Amino acid sequence: MGAVDMDICARVKEDRPLLSVQGVKKLYGNRIGCTDVTFDLFPGEVLGIVGESGSGKSTLLGCLAGHLKPDAGRILYDGRDMGALGEPERRRLSRTEWAFVHQNARDGLRMGVSAGGNVGERLMAVGARNYGTIRDTAADWLGRVEIAADRIDDRPSAFSGGMQQRLQIARNLVTGPRLVFMDEPTGGLDVSVQARLLDLLRGLVRDLGLSVVIVTHDLAVVRLLADRLMVMKSGRVVEQGLTDQVLDDPQHGYTQLLVSSVLQV
Amino acid sequence: MSDYNFAYLDEQTKRMIRRAILKGIAVPGYQVPFASREMPMPYGWGTGGVQVTAACLTPDDRLKVIDQGADDTTNAVSIRKFFQRSAGVAVTEATAEATVIQTRHRIPETPLCEGQILVYQVPIPEPLRFLEPRETETRKMHELEEYGLMHVKLYEDIARHGTIATAYAYPVKVEERYVMDPSPIPKFDNPKLSDNPAIQLFGAGREQRIYALPPYTQVVSLDFEDHPFEASKAPHDCDLCGAGDSYLDEVITDDRGSRMYVCSDTDFCAGRRAAGHVGRLGQPGAAE
Repeated sequence: MGAVDMDICARVKEDRPLLSVQGVKKLYGNRIGCTDVTFDLFPGEVLGIVGESGSGKSTLLGCLAGHLKPDAGRILYDGRDMGALGEPERRRLSRTEWAFVHQNARDGLRMGVSAGGNVGERLMAVGARNYGTIRDTAADWLGRVEIAADRIDDRPSAFSGGMQQRLQIARNLVTGPRLVFMDEPTGGLDVSVQARLLDLLRGLVRDLGLSVVIVTHDLAVVRLLADRLMVMKSGRVVEQGLTDQVLDDPQHGYTQLLVSSVLQV
Repeated sequence: MSDYNFAYLDEQTKRMIRRAILKGIAVPGYQVPFASREMPMPYGWGTGGVQVTAACLTPDDRLKVIDQGADDTTNAVSIRKFFQRSAGVAVTEATAEATVIQTRHRIPETPLCEGQILVYQVPIPEPLRFLEPRETETRKMHELEEYGLMHVKLYEDIARHGTIATAYAYPVKVEERYVMDPSPIPKFDNPKLSDNPAIQLFGAGREQRIYALPPYTQVVSLDFEDHPFEASKAPHDCDLCGAGDSYLDEVITDDRGSRMYVCSDTDFCAGRRAAGHVGRLGQPGAAE
């Protein structure tokens, strides 16, 4: 524990939150998507959001990433109000300083474009115009996510599910984002592949000092990755705190149910 | 053909098309939507080009129509006849004498001059179409100048073929703003798009888009620093007129692999032969 705390302290250098969420609310007609969500995310911090299906996790993530427009509340990124930000600026942010890892790798990849092209797209989108440099960077990133260099010209459709997910991560991280949104990054992968992916993610997050908001229903994922944890139910945050604290000593009834529902092998 | 209005289309339609053309000229490279009409020919045969030509023609104009550079192919002959009958305008095969030139897939070899109008037939006006299928998204990408995806296509070319293999419809950037599909002209013709004294109009009938390059517009072919754009052609001289600097068609001449290369621009080739130039297989003085 001590070592982990030191680690967190070293990474959380700045006092100002990178992402500040204040009273965010999203309605679907009369139904609540999520409501009254407030939290701060500091640079280098990993925030886990857990909850059962339909608890508003993905809605919240969509609001944070700018895919959905919240009905109330404010989201400040690096001190700037996202609601007031124009679309050009928001789209620029989303391909430079932000990254979004989809649950289904096919949603985040271009299936008709080679692995190298997939990784290079963000580089070219921000103005890289040297083929050699783009290719070298792509090869380097494929190496970092443990994809063999000779697969660089293969299309993602020829990749396994785990490889596709790793490719999606490489494609997102290549421009050195500060804030990464992940929606169930390990969903649909078998357990051993999940473990390798989590190991990889943990390494990358630590090495690059990324701030991450990770949405999942898998408590093992947040136990491994997240510094802090938020538990959602019916669109509301029912409990939040340090991950180990919440998981080892759950206070809210729902959290207790969630933790005790995990199958022990 | 007194039953039809001059140049087939009614005056209100021509007016609508002219407004789209003027807007296109005002915003070079921007695809202007227009209410494309049903024409007496199938889509893909130049319905867009024909409507633009019809809107531009005046009784004093002299029209030239080419298809892949040739004046005597089906598409060119039928469109030329169409305007001869419906507008009664003079026609020519000589590039220098024409005031309006409708073209499919080529820019004439003879340099154009001020006062001429070059009308392109465009099958697919959206350069990002096969990269991003959503039209709402491509419009947004044009709006916000997000053209990284265009380079992904060129990247894929190099990764797969070792060089930029796109040989026609090679994407260009107009006045450092809009990325434009120059219609399926060979990339050999791309340099002629830029700084051209003629007005260049692009009509896509099925897709209902018109775009334009006003005279002397800067047009740059997209490329990579380490894989620069190259205006390629077959590494031969014309076998009829001996020209080494014109775009060539490859013609198979028998079933034993013999082939000849001839200028795709028939007017240019005939002009050179008339001036006494002879190629490998040409006969002196044989020009018609």
